[in-house]
Amino acid sequence: MQTTTADLVDEARRQAEICNACRYCEGYCAVFPDLHANRVFTSGDLTQLANLCHNCRGCYYACQYTAPHEFDLNLPRALADLRQASWEDFAWPQPLARRFHRDGVALSLAVLLGFAALFLAIGALPGEGDGFYAQISHGAMVAIFLPAFLFPLLSLAISMRRYWAATGGGGLSRAAFRRAFGDAVRMKNLAGGHGEGCNFEAEDRFSQARRRAHQAVMWGFLLCFASTASGTLLHYLFNQPAPYPLWSLPKLLGLPGGVLMVLGCFWLASLKRRADPELGARAVRGGEMGFLLL
Amino acid sequence: MSEPDVLVIGGGNAALCAAMTAAEAGARVRILEAAPKAYRGGNSRHTRNFRCMHDGPLGPLIESYHEEENLSDLLKVTGGKTDEVLARMVIRASEACLPWMEARGVRFQPSLSGTLSLARTNAFFLGGGKSLVNAYYRTAESLGIETFYDAKVTHLEMSEARVTSVTYERHGASHQVTPKSVVVAAGGFQGDLDWLARAWGPAARNFLIRGTPYNRGEVLADLLDQGVEQVGDPTQCHAVAIDGRAPQFDGGIVTRLDCVPFSVVVNRDGARFYDEGEDVWPKRYAIWGRLVADQPDQVAYAIIDAKSLDLFMPSVFPPIKADTLEELATKLGLPVKRTCATIAAFNAACGDVSAFRPTELDGVTTTGLMPPKTNWARLITTPPFYGYSLRPGVTFTYLGLKVDARAQCSLGNQPVTNLWAAGETMAGSILGQGYLAGFGMTIGTVFGRIAGEEAAARANHHR
Ligand SMILES: Cc1cc2nc3c(=O)[nH]c(=O)nc-3n(C[C@H](O)[C@H](O)[C@H](O)COP(=O)(O)OP(=O)(O)OC[C@H]3O[C@@H](n4cnc5c(N)ncnc54)[C@H](O)[C@@H]3O)c2cc1C
Ligand code: SF4
Ligand code: SF4
Repeated sequence: MQTTTADLVDEARRQAEICNACRYCEGYCAVFPDLHANRVFTSGDLTQLANLCHNCRGCYYACQYTAPHEFDLNLPRALADLRQASWEDFAWPQPLARRFHRDGVALSLAVLLGFAALFLAIGALPGEGDGFYAQISHGAMVAIFLPAFLFPLLSLAISMRRYWAATGGGGLSRAAFRRAFGDAVRMKNLAGGHGEGCNFEAEDRFSQARRRAHQAVMWGFLLCFASTASGTLLHYLFNQPAPYPLWSLPKLLGLPGGVLMVLGCFWLASLKRRADPELGARAVRGGEMGFLLL
Repeated sequence: MSEPDVLVIGGGNAALCAAMTAAEAGARVRILEAAPKAYRGGNSRHTRNFRCMHDGPLGPLIESYHEEENLSDLLKVTGGKTDEVLARMVIRASEACLPWMEARGVRFQPSLSGTLSLARTNAFFLGGGKSLVNAYYRTAESLGIETFYDAKVTHLEMSEARVTSVTYERHGASHQVTPKSVVVAAGGFQGDLDWLARAWGPAARNFLIRGTPYNRGEVLADLLDQGVEQVGDPTQCHAVAIDGRAPQFDGGIVTRLDCVPFSVVVNRDGARFYDEGEDVWPKRYAIWGRLVADQPDQVAYAIIDAKSLDLFMPSVFPPIKADTLEELATKLGLPVKRTCATIAAFNAACGDVSAFRPTELDGVTTTGLMPPKTNWARLITTPPFYGYSLRPGVTFTYLGLKVDARAQCSLGNQPVTNLWAAGETMAGSILGQGYLAGFGMTIGTVFGRIAGEEAAARANHHR
């Protein structure tokens, strides 16, 4: 039997209506206050809820209605299934998004291999500079990485526009933006409402592991980004091309950044492997793992 | 496996509080829980808050809630049928319970949306009672407490006012333990419909049980048969009006229905039988359990129109909806003519509604109608019309074990030297009738801790 997005919406709605009559999980995360503000749930409302949930599973372990109870609550899974469907629907370009969700690990490997092949091919071209520019010319670097950098931004922007339209988002106030950004930097919603973290990897035991690991990836990413940015500035503004010494800004930022990102990702992957798959989106573990590996 | 010092019968809040306290005092503790792990925690897994006195802001609790106010709230709902000495003791001890609970993993949250009236008096558990129960089981495990699930106690052997052994069934086999001390925290008997029917009459077979099916009173019956002192009216139970479509057991909080004050309620025959607007719903939902239980087939139907749909918390089942009253009556299985005549008579008795205020007693009343509707009496005329069925939902039974201030049970007028009781199973020692929201968990926590302390003290003494 084929499960359609409409089925997933119906299931999420059924569960949201039970939660709305219960409200015991109100303090866990941003999903519940949003949910309790509604009485009837459109598919846009539910998509919004699905994308507010980050699958910490606090509400699953706290729920008195999980199977074998006949109400069969599993809100993290219902929202994950719907979230996955919504990403496929909103993400641009769409066919690629579908592929990634289903066959994420394979696709990631393919991308890695592709990059490796490219490096090899370019390495075979005659280079002239020092350091790794001896292998790849600056021009080739820019040719590969500029699109690799801009394409995701474009794709994110288009996807977000579609999402905003479908969930009925209105104008953004600056206060709302600041609050959202503050919550995101601290990853408040990963703290489980009591600041003790998620129930991700060890049943009903709370743990900060997932929040810390995500923070590692975030700070790692930001450091790498800062490193690249400072490198770009040095290159174009100060006319100091790479390679940079170990104590230069790009390396100081980039090295720990890279290490943090890699460690964070491995940590997340190992947490995910220990988590109960019944509580996540069933169809997309491949894609999620692939995302981490990338 | 070595024999435990302290055996705790039950796996809900009172049992866990007793078990943790005894283990912290150095006793080897075993819990026997009748339910499988997925359903552990009895009615405690359905709770959301506990009532807590406080002399200033405390945790999630705002302002203050003093002993005298708490006691007078209690006396109001029990019509004076309260053991004042024990009640004061519980109220005083409740303040220290909050940090004690936090230290054992319970987390609190601000009063839930829709329950702001309780923000001062009741502390809400983050994630509700099941997350409290989970936290306690985690703490119990780290204290080295053994927990046996699917372990139903059937008999306590007694000799000379002392429990000598305890028999339980597990995975189809019968086992015996010989602990030094025993704590009974196995709840009431409402899960046993035959017992309810014997106590209340055959009508009880149409009652729904709001909580766990595992509280069947085996231990209570066994002890009362052996002459252990009892307390509480055996024919009474706490019942509220809930959605008639709720499951037979374990429907919990989501089956609650708050629409009565804005509706006209008729019985199976399409006739009204009580003032729907007598008071705000939190003060009336308990008497409606009884009112519905007294109607033919133990069922009633609340009818509202489009004006009122958003005035109460949504319930788990959507209402039956129709464009005309005739159609609604048909869909609800009510006699159409009679029902429509009842609504017409009600509408004719409605007057000026300009003072209508959904959240307070507004005095918008019917005139010349019997029984009257004394508040929120608005015309039922705006389609679509909505209907809900109502049935009595049993929360707990009152019959229980009589204990003293140290939670100890007695036989005749002699204490049973190694038997203590905590929670629902002895709550009748404090509340003779009626109920105050959140006080069940307070009694269980306070008496669970006392019972655990006493049971460990005796076990340590007889090591
Ligand atoms: C839907 C609902 C909501 C409620 N909300 C609140 C609230 O918000 N606040 C509040 O204070 N009160 C509330 N109550 C009342 C509250 O549930 C009780 O007061 C409280 O949980 C009693 O705790 P307890 O430990 O005594 O019993 P329970 O939690 O019911 O535990 C009894 C335990 O004994 C076990 N048991 C039974 N028989 C045997 C046997 N023969 N052998 C071994 N084990 C056995 C059961 O499996 C269970 O684990 C609510 C009740 C219901 C039904
Ligand atoms: S997940 Fe369960 S406990 Fe939490 S709000 Fe929903 S129904 Fe209630
Ligand atoms: S899984 Fe976590 S984030 Fe998602 S709804 Fe439940 S508590 Fe909120």
